[in-house]
Amino acid sequence: MKYIDEFRNGTIAINLSRKIDDLVRGLDTVTIMEVCGSHTMNIYRYGLKKLLPSNIRLLSGPGCPVCVTPTSYIDTAIAISQKYSQEVLITTFGDLFRAPGSTSSLEREKARGASVIVVYSTLDALEVAKNNAGKKVVFLGIGFETTTPTIAASIIEAEKRDLTNYFVLTSHKVMPPVMEALLRDKELNLDGFLCPAHVSTIIGSKPYEFIARDFHIPCVIAGFEPLDILQGIYMLLEQITRKESSVRIQYSRVAKYEGNPTALALLDRVFEPCDAEWRGLGIIPGSGLKLRNQYERFDAHTIFRISDFGFQINSAICNPQSAINGCICGDILRGVKLPADCKLFGKVCNPEHPVGACMVSSEGTCAAWYKYGEN
Amino acid sequence: MKNDKITLAHGSGGKLTHELVKQLFLPRFNNKALSQLGDSAILPIHGMRIAFTTDSYVVKPLFFPGGDIGRLAVNGTINDLAVVGAEPMFLSAGFIIEEGFELALLEKVVNSMKEAATLASVEIVTGDTKVVEKGSVDRLYVNTCGIGIVNNGINLSTSLIEIGDRIIISGTIGDHGMAVLSERESLGFNSQITSDCAPLFGTIKKILASGAHVKFMRDPTRGGLATTLNEIVNTQKNGIVIEEQAIPVNEGVRALCEILGYDPLYIANEGKVVIVVSAHDAAKVCEILKEDSLGRDAAIIGEVVIEPKGKVCLKTVIGGTRVIDMLVGDQLPRIC
Repeated sequence: MKYIDEFRNGTIAINLSRKIDDLVRGLDTVTIMEVCGSHTMNIYRYGLKKLLPSNIRLLSGPGCPVCVTPTSYIDTAIAISQKYSQEVLITTFGDLFRAPGSTSSLEREKARGASVIVVYSTLDALEVAKNNAGKKVVFLGIGFETTTPTIAASIIEAEKRDLTNYFVLTSHKVMPPVMEALLRDKELNLDGFLCPAHVSTIIGSKPYEFIARDFHIPCVIAGFEPLDILQGIYMLLEQITRKESSVRIQYSRVAKYEGNPTALALLDRVFEPCDAEWRGLGIIPGSGLKLRNQYERFDAHTIFRISDFGFQINSAICNPQSAINGCICGDILRGVKLPADCKLFGKVCNPEHPVGACMVSSEGTCAAWYKYGEN
Repeated sequence: MKNDKITLAHGSGGKLTHELVKQLFLPRFNNKALSQLGDSAILPIHGMRIAFTTDSYVVKPLFFPGGDIGRLAVNGTINDLAVVGAEPMFLSAGFIIEEGFELALLEKVVNSMKEAATLASVEIVTGDTKVVEKGSVDRLYVNTCGIGIVNNGINLSTSLIEIGDRIIISGTIGDHGMAVLSERESLGFNSQITSDCAPLFGTIKKILASGAHVKFMRDPTRGGLATTLNEIVNTQKNGIVIEEQAIPVNEGVRALCEILGYDPLYIANEGKVVIVVSAHDAAKVCEILKEDSLGRDAAIIGEVVIEPKGKVCLKTVIGGTRVIDMLVGDQLPRIC
């Protein structure tokens, strides 16, 4: 397939692997965090770890949107589907369908009769709203800067079409603040960040500059194909070995310094920054996006008076271990523990019966470990 | 959070389906024929070996590029007989129809079944019709059973598989699943993807007649090639290694899988067979397949190995390796 196969060339992969080997021979362990779940997925899918020397340690970061979505968010979605069962249709991207809340998942609720529809895009959700005028259609809006512009676009489109039955339950997150939070974590010693590909096509490379400048940690924005990842690692190692730190773009065919101004303008028009809760990481200031006041009528939080539901949201998020006994998803998302350190991993927690969100999302670290045989 | 209800994942043909079969059905129906968990049960009756199988078809939409529920119901059951080495002879057909279903569409489905049966020289000799209230089923479900005879001299079993045996797939993978998915979801792709729905008996007959030392066959339907290879490897101490580059996938299927985040290894096929054959005869079987219209893209994709035991490994296009597990849940599109 054109423009895909070129980035999966075995000969070039071996050459890159040798160059990487030459760079780090004799060095102590170099720890690199790939922030995004799609990187994690493809590192496993293409068996990249086998092409890297043993002194390179790759850690998965908090860049899988389902994994960092707090339990209480799923609980809220389920509560809406139960409390307003006659009038509400829940629409969601597929990954979130199986994500566990504290006692159930949307998949299980559907089996019990809840109206849950898996959609492929926000525009599909708009179609559902158009075709079900008598129902309130709630779209579960999670994801990072890549996904959020499409949700902003759906809200503008709903406004244009005068759709009064389309609502978004927002839990959007932005990447740079969580990376900063990780760098402030004393337990985590990182040598470099492999920055997300798609998020960076939207935000560009500028928002990462503080990481290189203030924390002296090199960053490389790398594409998701195997050669992109290998080259991204090579570009990081070049900086690490020279004790330099800057933000470099490997994924230059799509990601630019200034990002995507159209998408950014759309985001800014519909959303504004807010503090956000991350599963396992707690509340991180300025790490979320919420609907601006002028779009409040699309906000499921307001329409369904979620603040009246009586959830103890914060306690569950800030201390995830208390929410799910023994699950260390939080520490795994912070990069301080590996799935193998979890006593639930592969035993009571597996893809058929996920306990934590890192197991349910195909891009979660635990799911990747399990699926690709690190168990 | 254990399941107290059946979810869609129990019907995906992957891990939860296997769990249901092994924990619920198998211990209760416990008998020798069932415990083999073959595509058909093989029953010794009066000195003959009768193959017997059943399958229900609930595909949505009923009509899709390359086939429809009727053709699928006939070919699917024929294939379940053919892969155990049986010559398909007679089929049954059961219809569960939703009140209000258009008669003309039912006629179209039945005509399609007739055509498929004639093509494969089998007869539909018994049947049943039930109509249920509107909303109780989704338009039309079809069940078929089939019986056939396993001729003398044919012996297929996973217990015959040895280290060094080769794995062959009879053609491109993922066509059926992606054809149905793109039709069902009205994805609006201008694709040429058509289902591979086809009767494999004629093709398999040529292979068995060649005298090649075929050890085992299975059609990789729900759960795809990955799940079928895991089913094979689960029954023994050996492992399987396959080469990603050797696995044939149509360009359209690859492109759609890339866009939606699916892995073709887990997508359903309805006209393909996985063959485990001795290393010596692998090239010969592949040649026979390539001369057949249903096996033109056949390829040797891997082999049976000592390590890793009980696992299927994939050598990736860039030279890495990874373990291939069974399908868990339904494959769901990723969100970013």
